[in-house]
Amino acid sequence: MEIFGIPTQALFGQLLIGLINGSFYALLSLGLAVIFGLLNIINFTHGAQYMMGAFCAYFLLTKLGIGYWWALAVTPLAVGIIGMVIERLMLARLYKLDHLYGLLLTFGLALIIQGLFRNEYGTSGIPYALPQELAGGHNLGFMFLPNYRAWVILASIVVCLATWFMIEKTRLGAYLRAATENPQLVQAFGINVPRMITLTYGFGVALAAFAGVMAAPIYQVNPLMGADLIIVVFAVVVIGGMGSIMGSIVTGFALGLIEGLTKVFYPEASNTVIFIIMAIVLMIKPAGLFGTQR
Amino acid sequence: MPETALLSVADLNAWYGESHILHGAQFEVRRGEVVTLLGRNGVGKTTTLKAIMGMVARREGSIRFDGTQLVALPSDRIARLGVAFCPEERGIFASLDVRENLLLPPVVRAGGLSLAQVFDLFPNLKERLASQGTKLSGGEQQMLAIGRILRTGARLLLLDEPTEGLAPVIVQQIGRTISRLKAEGFTILLVEQNFRFASRVADRHYVMESGRVVDMIPNSELESNLEKVHEYLGV
Repeated sequence: MEIFGIPTQALFGQLLIGLINGSFYALLSLGLAVIFGLLNIINFTHGAQYMMGAFCAYFLLTKLGIGYWWALAVTPLAVGIIGMVIERLMLARLYKLDHLYGLLLTFGLALIIQGLFRNEYGTSGIPYALPQELAGGHNLGFMFLPNYRAWVILASIVVCLATWFMIEKTRLGAYLRAATENPQLVQAFGINVPRMITLTYGFGVALAAFAGVMAAPIYQVNPLMGADLIIVVFAVVVIGGMGSIMGSIVTGFALGLIEGLTKVFYPEASNTVIFIIMAIVLMIKPAGLFGTQR
Repeated sequence: MPETALLSVADLNAWYGESHILHGAQFEVRRGEVVTLLGRNGVGKTTTLKAIMGMVARREGSIRFDGTQLVALPSDRIARLGVAFCPEERGIFASLDVRENLLLPPVVRAGGLSLAQVFDLFPNLKERLASQGTKLSGGEQQMLAIGRILRTGARLLLLDEPTEGLAPVIVQQIGRTISRLKAEGFTILLVEQNFRFASRVADRHYVMESGRVVDMIPNSELESNLEKVHEYLGV
């Protein structure tokens, strides 16, 4: 069976890879958007925190014998707490300064963290076994769908939508949106805004760590896994529009798919297509597809 | 009934960045009173409210609210003690609908108005609950900005120019609201440029000049002091 002269197995196989990549783009750009919205900081440490998530799962397994499912719950918490310590000790001092200082600090932190892990574990990557419950897969007729990949897509969609719901539809989210607009007034209503900022940063970092755990069985555990991914994720964020929640989710999945399709129809451009789209979007709509100028 | 000060401000100095705005302001507001701060533009009226609320970069001196010293507290703690602020620019959140805006300030103590009572004061709001906050008219936004702080149980309301830029009929409605809130036992400190409006709702007036309080005029003596007041306000 062929579509546009492409075997369906190949087409859907690439679309699936696109969706998997899109799942990670969405989770990571969502965390960046949440952090940028409230803290006004472009969190360049995000990739390193994603990598720390994968390593945390690996440590839990090898040092404590804790498996994938518990790692999925414990890792976001642990890495999120590390993030909150970073926010309290360092980022909190920068809020009154220009964006650039936050960017420089988090970029520097990313280099330090990645350097430390690289020193210790090299760059060849450490395998992390699939959880047994999700081994194997299903033949859907037009393609073979590995169970674990289906799980990653599903979990990413659920987490993204739950985050969107929490921010756009709940009282807690209303505090967050209001504090994004006017933190001083929200604090004058009796909300402890500095604490909310710390928790928000922790939550954004936790999303990255969650993605890291899910990535470990697919991409292996590698000190540079975040550095490779984060550049693309920043392009996704720029395309979607900084600070837009639904924008970052939709753009993440859509660009994963577009990347997958490009691999089928014009493989030479598959590594650059996202950046080409970014350039076009920036020319037409500088605030991003879903963003508002501020 | 003995008149006790709910709020007493003494030797208050406040800064925005490098600019020193308040230079030893001193006044008090008694329980259940409506008091205005009058004065020309730039004499520090808004800054006084923000300093009480803890919203300036730096402040010194004494701000006692119901026996508690506020001068070193962050603004969320001050709000939790029962002080609420309605900013001049109203501070309606664009990313929140009217209902979310109305429910945003947390209830800090018992005794606030119920939602039904807020709608009773401002029936317009009830019909626009699902609208985006900033899609309301100026008058409705002002009602929302006042309505949302009435729910919280705060006993001292700091209102910054609630009538600015509003149509006369809305100004009247705000005036009736303030009188009714006074009757319900709220204490209100009001910054007002609209001198005639102030004279209808307030018990006393403090006049500010260059960061200090320079005079106090009871509302009953306002008529006999009109010339002096006009000189203060430059009208």
